[in-house]
Amino acid sequence: MTPLRQRAARLFALVGAALLLTSCSIIQIDSPLTTFDPAGPNADRIDDLFWLVFWIATIIFFLVMGALIVILVLFRDRDANSVREPKQTHGNAKLEVVWTVIPALILAAIAVPTVSGVFDLTGCDDDSMRVEVIGHQWWFEYHYPDYDIDTANVMVIPVGEETCLEMTSDDVLHNFWVPALMGKRYLVPGQTTLLRLEADETGEFFGHCAEFCGLSHSLMRARVEVVDKAEFEAWASAQQEPASLPAEGDPGYDGYQVFLNKGCVQCHTIRFDDSSASNILASDAFNGPDLTHFASRSVFAGAVLPGDDETYQAALADWLADPPYVKPGSFMPNLALTAQEISDLVEWLETTK
Amino acid sequence: MAGDNQVTATAERPQSTIFKRPSSTKGLWGWITTVDHKKIGIMYGYAAFFFFIVGGIEALLIRVQLAQADGEFLTAGAYNAMFTMHATTMVFLFIMPASAAFMNYLLPLMIGARDVAFPRLNALSWWIFFFGGIFLYSTFIFGTSLPPISPDGITGNLAPGGGPGGFGFLADSPDGGWFGYQPNAGPLYSPGTAMDYWALGLQIIGLASLVSSVNFIVTVFNMRTLGMRLLRMPVFVWMSTVVAFLLLFSLPIIAVALFMVTFDRQFGTLFFAPVGGGDPILWQHLFWLFGHPEVYILILPAMGIVSEVIPVFSRKPLFGYSAVVFAGAAIAFLGFGVWAHHMFASGITPVAQAAFGLATMTIAIPTGIKIFNWMGTLWGGRLRLTTPMLFAVGFLAMFTIGGLSGVTHAIVPSDWQQTDTYYVVAHFHYVLFGGAVFGLFAGLYYWFPKLTGRVMSERLGKTHFWLQFLGFNLTFAPMHWLGLQGMVRRTWQYAPGNGFESWNLVVTVGAFIIALSILVFMYNWYRSRRRGDASGLDPWDARTVEWMIPNPTPEYNFVNPPVVEKLDHWWHLKYTEDEEGRAVRRPEADQMIAELEHSELNPESPIHLPAPSYFPFIMALGLPIVFYGVIYHTTVWGKALIAIGAVVTLASLIGWGIEPLEEPMPSAHDDEAEPEDEGDADEDEEGADG
Repeated sequence: MTPLRQRAARLFALVGAALLLTSCSIIQIDSPLTTFDPAGPNADRIDDLFWLVFWIATIIFFLVMGALIVILVLFRDRDANSVREPKQTHGNAKLEVVWTVIPALILAAIAVPTVSGVFDLTGCDDDSMRVEVIGHQWWFEYHYPDYDIDTANVMVIPVGEETCLEMTSDDVLHNFWVPALMGKRYLVPGQTTLLRLEADETGEFFGHCAEFCGLSHSLMRARVEVVDKAEFEAWASAQQEPASLPAEGDPGYDGYQVFLNKGCVQCHTIRFDDSSASNILASDAFNGPDLTHFASRSVFAGAVLPGDDETYQAALADWLADPPYVKPGSFMPNLALTAQEISDLVEWLETTK
Repeated sequence: MAGDNQVTATAERPQSTIFKRPSSTKGLWGWITTVDHKKIGIMYGYAAFFFFIVGGIEALLIRVQLAQADGEFLTAGAYNAMFTMHATTMVFLFIMPASAAFMNYLLPLMIGARDVAFPRLNALSWWIFFFGGIFLYSTFIFGTSLPPISPDGITGNLAPGGGPGGFGFLADSPDGGWFGYQPNAGPLYSPGTAMDYWALGLQIIGLASLVSSVNFIVTVFNMRTLGMRLLRMPVFVWMSTVVAFLLLFSLPIIAVALFMVTFDRQFGTLFFAPVGGGDPILWQHLFWLFGHPEVYILILPAMGIVSEVIPVFSRKPLFGYSAVVFAGAAIAFLGFGVWAHHMFASGITPVAQAAFGLATMTIAIPTGIKIFNWMGTLWGGRLRLTTPMLFAVGFLAMFTIGGLSGVTHAIVPSDWQQTDTYYVVAHFHYVLFGGAVFGLFAGLYYWFPKLTGRVMSERLGKTHFWLQFLGFNLTFAPMHWLGLQGMVRRTWQYAPGNGFESWNLVVTVGAFIIALSILVFMYNWYRSRRRGDASGLDPWDARTVEWMIPNPTPEYNFVNPPVVEKLDHWWHLKYTEDEEGRAVRRPEADQMIAELEHSELNPESPIHLPAPSYFPFIMALGLPIVFYGVIYHTTVWGKALIAIGAVVTLASLIGWGIEPLEEPMPSAHDDEAEPEDEGDADEDEEGADG
């Protein structure tokens, strides 16, 4: 090899090693939203497809970049005074065919798992459990038709079996995405879209609305709790229970009175079973999350609160004090509650297990 | 109209006493009434650069907000407005007019013509664009943006000042995304007038491109000099032609869609409103049926530029010229059949997803052909790594990355994970910044002598390139990772603890390095215009006929339009080949260059250039007046504005039709523009642009 070629080869190796090291050092899984830590068969299948394409693309990347660097090193004009000009090649029909056909073959190879993946992963099995997902600005509502449960922000599903999400929106486009379990799917007002979710391990998985849906799009998040079948049934029957309302003198009684008298009931439903009173049901047309089992959910306000470094009570108090400040554009208004009213409400809400 | 492009004396016509063609070609009026493709190109260029700076400032505001978790630099409303306006500005007010600047200035020169086919129409395009840009940006003064209204008529609430964060006043501008997805950008969820400014502003700007696309197509097919066959045209001309066809076929789609949005918002139609049986997904089909060809509208001119720059600085012909040309046409053709790959998550049927996935993959083939042919051009060349060449090679490298990540979007299930994350943001910035913007800078450095008769500083140019290259990769490479780690796009805040913080900080630092590199460029431009080295006629030893005329370009372009015998005509006049096939400079080359440099007009046979006109400016002025009226059409003065604007436009149409053909002859003095003269003219232009 000529010294020039040696230099080119050394440079190529060096740059390649540096790029490889950088790529390795950043591939660590540390985000609850990462797509690299699939926890179910659907996400697994997508992950496999991603890595297949990633490695093909990486090989092509290094070949092209390597060739480019080698060309720049080899053919850089080092002697401006030289009169020796390059050969005037105009093209090469064989090469044109080669670099048309080879990429076409690579793409054809990738196309096969792509198309089969599309058909296998779209839609749901007929016998899977249905959960209706309804998008609102800026929270997800979940309705379990088989159990007649209405909840929000935290979806609970059993491990090891397919759950079919039947999704629609009450207002604008939203997009339901829990990276560990499946890719995204829109929630379209006036239409129903399907998304199959399946987890093969229990745990809490993070999600996010992925379609820009207005002012507080960034504060529309989601959680999916995956539990074993028995735990799921226990959760479901607990959710079916009516609310137990505090009697006068019970903890939370004052907060409940605030809830009744400050207008919260215009939007929030509480289902209870008391022959002496009818249920408090918000109007069908407009409602916020069903609060019957509010405290059974680990997060609220679009799965945004409580944040990392705050307690449940403090976050709840902040939220009640000024919802539009926490969530710009919020349909929950600032009711100008006093500090006492807020702490009463927090106390009551904590009893709504 | 036909009279405009007569280059020889026309028969005398009776002079109108009411309408006179303007006579001054200097000063502010000279710029306002000009129909010279070069002056129009320069105005397009400065306006595009102005909007590049504005869009860049918007990007920096976004990056400061995202530099840390739960950022409170911008309010949510201001943030949404900034990402909407950043994209709208960069796509419609920067890259498109910047490409138009190159096409305007260079297309006639590269095909050996004295002007475009319809010079007044060309001026009309520019003024429509100019007023459209002002109209769109006047939203910051007049527009309003209010919280959403629920389907039951309940209004969302905003804390005073718009909630946590600053710059709340910026929120009163379009905030529904450059993609304007319905129904969020519709009347219910984006009340206020800001999104009307957006829809109608884009309507005006689109009209400018539509008009110029017709003009360029006619120019290329009818104005080529003798011997300039289609397959002897420079690749930049070819790509411009392809872009003109893309504009011609795609802009009517977005025009219709934007009118439907405007009707929904202003007149209560329900095209996209689910409450009335409208379909929000229909908007996405229409938008992306325009929007995907739009991507190629943005990138193909840059591909044309690097196809000019790489051969010149490799001192070799473009490898596989016809393959590069046909690949460009193929990309454009296929580009109309892939739009739904922006909608893989929208719930379209699996058959549609598979079909659009496969169609998207096929685009990689002609794109690959281009990349490999550029590398074939470099191979065996004598590479002079000047600033334009660095930008062209930078384009090649960065665009390859964007192309590879683009293929991953065609892998539909994989795209379900990546769509709407920062992975996509990374991808299209590698295509549009790493690709289009690097290509445009290559063109600016390469053709700067044609404007000024000077070359830009190489030292500053290389500083600019390396800073921009570094800043670009720091900004956009980590976004791939952020997206795959689950960071969703268009989010005002992200929660701590997701592993997003450190890379976001890197991204923000990178964005400021890009800003610094642009400052270096601006200084270089400013300085080189006055004090750059004189370029002479052919500073780069170039290949194409625009380098056969003195720099700066004389007003009449060519004394005698060249008779083209080969592809790369100018190179073959200077070089022959020895028996090995190596280029050998012809002994007569230097003499020929010297003669061309001092070629002068023959006073016996003067060149008649198209006369300036007031009417393009006036006609364009009427459009925004009408559209202001549409926004406020419920008020009396709104209706008055519609009437006034319509009268202005229609009256100027009549004036346009009956103004005389009189063509004042350029005096010999005007033709011999010194570099200093051109500098002064540029200053006037800046003044005109404000």
